[in-house]
Amino acid sequence: MSRRARLAFFAVAAAGLAVTLGVGLAGLPSFGSQLTAYARMLNELASPQRHVTDVVSAITFDYRGIDTLFEEFILLAAVAGISVLLRPLSDESRQLPEDKAPNRKIPPPSPAVWLLAVLLSSLLTLIGLETITHGVLTPGGGFQAGVILASAIYVIYLGTNYATVERFQPDPLLEASDGVGAFGYVVIGLLGLLAGDVFLSNVVGLGVTGNLIAGGTIPLLNLVVGVEVAGGFAILASEFLDQTAVIRTERR
Amino acid sequence: MSVLAYGVVAWLFLVGIYGVVTSRNLIHMVVCLSVAQSATDVLLLEIGYRTGGHAPVFVSLPTHPGPAVDAVMQALALTDVVVGAAVTALLLALVVQVHKRAGTLDPDALRATRD
Amino acid sequence: MSEAVIAVALVWVAASGTAVVLTRDPLRQAFVAGFFGLGLAFLYLSMQAGDVALSQIVVGAIALPLIVLLSLAKVRKGRE
Repeated sequence: MSRRARLAFFAVAAAGLAVTLGVGLAGLPSFGSQLTAYARMLNELASPQRHVTDVVSAITFDYRGIDTLFEEFILLAAVAGISVLLRPLSDESRQLPEDKAPNRKIPPPSPAVWLLAVLLSSLLTLIGLETITHGVLTPGGGFQAGVILASAIYVIYLGTNYATVERFQPDPLLEASDGVGAFGYVVIGLLGLLAGDVFLSNVVGLGVTGNLIAGGTIPLLNLVVGVEVAGGFAILASEFLDQTAVIRTERR
Repeated sequence: MSVLAYGVVAWLFLVGIYGVVTSRNLIHMVVCLSVAQSATDVLLLEIGYRTGGHAPVFVSLPTHPGPAVDAVMQALALTDVVVGAAVTALLLALVVQVHKRAGTLDPDALRATRD
Repeated sequence: MSEAVIAVALVWVAASGTAVVLTRDPLRQAFVAGFFGLGLAFLYLSMQAGDVALSQIVVGAIALPLIVLLSLAKVRKGRE
């Protein structure tokens, strides 16, 4: 349909949606009112039952662990979809960027930028590892730290030219870490089944509240989710980077 | 306060959808879609907020400062944000491939190819 | 006091969300989207949601601008 007809249709539909949203949102309890019983119960019980101090981590990886498994697999599927979509098509080829003038090499990256990239990358790796391990005590955990670890690799991409990155980029390692992370989550869930309890139940020893290694399977799941998210996001960026720097359409 | 809080959610969602409908550039459309998606995250957290509540982290507090906010909603919103970014990346990969085939980023100029 | 902070954050989010939609050029929109992500992180933090704010900062400041800019680079290169 033409653009004006589409806009008119949208105006009518948006008015209807706005009215519906208004009626629906007005029926909610007022902002800042009493929490639901489930939430209050979990806030009281999570710390004594699972020996963790960050209740959000306990909910993500223990009480609602199966939801996190599905979310992780959505991430895996999205990254696999991107890898499939951005593969070289039938009329394209992979060519490393090289200088067309003879007897000239690509100039190396500026030393200042490279130093900054290396420093930032080390700092980001440390921060990412710290966020993973402290996920049971303070806000943090696998998902956030995975993206921080992936950004440690992004900074290397930004600080240098593609030839260096191509040498450094551990493609099989990234894909392996993505798959191992997703598989590791299922394996830890199966530990629950093997111990005679339900899938994803917390069967490893719980430890003392306030320690870094506490909460049973929660720090382990933090670790595998962190590995998986880091691998996934790093693959994502490397696919897009390949598209810009390497994949060329053959001229007809 | 309730009106402002829930009104912002409805506004963000409608503005995002308006951006998608009236967009002339596919990349602009994908970013508008991510704006509409963040409206749902804000709604989740607003439902879970408690006036005067503190974050649901129970490290040794000297005096009990009152109730905590809802931790279940935060758990739901947390994975939503990260997975939403990955799905946005998938949409952008689609946009890149469409541009290669059709040569344009204007949604109105796209038509079914290879008749 | 905390209510006032949340109100300011809500207004920031609504205004920058509108700005993101009204900025038609994708390159400028990427920057405004970064500002919008920062506003969202501030809103989540003022609503006492530390984990979600951390996710939003990391995703909205690092992952999303990177892939938008890389897509733009690929599209511009193809057009030349």
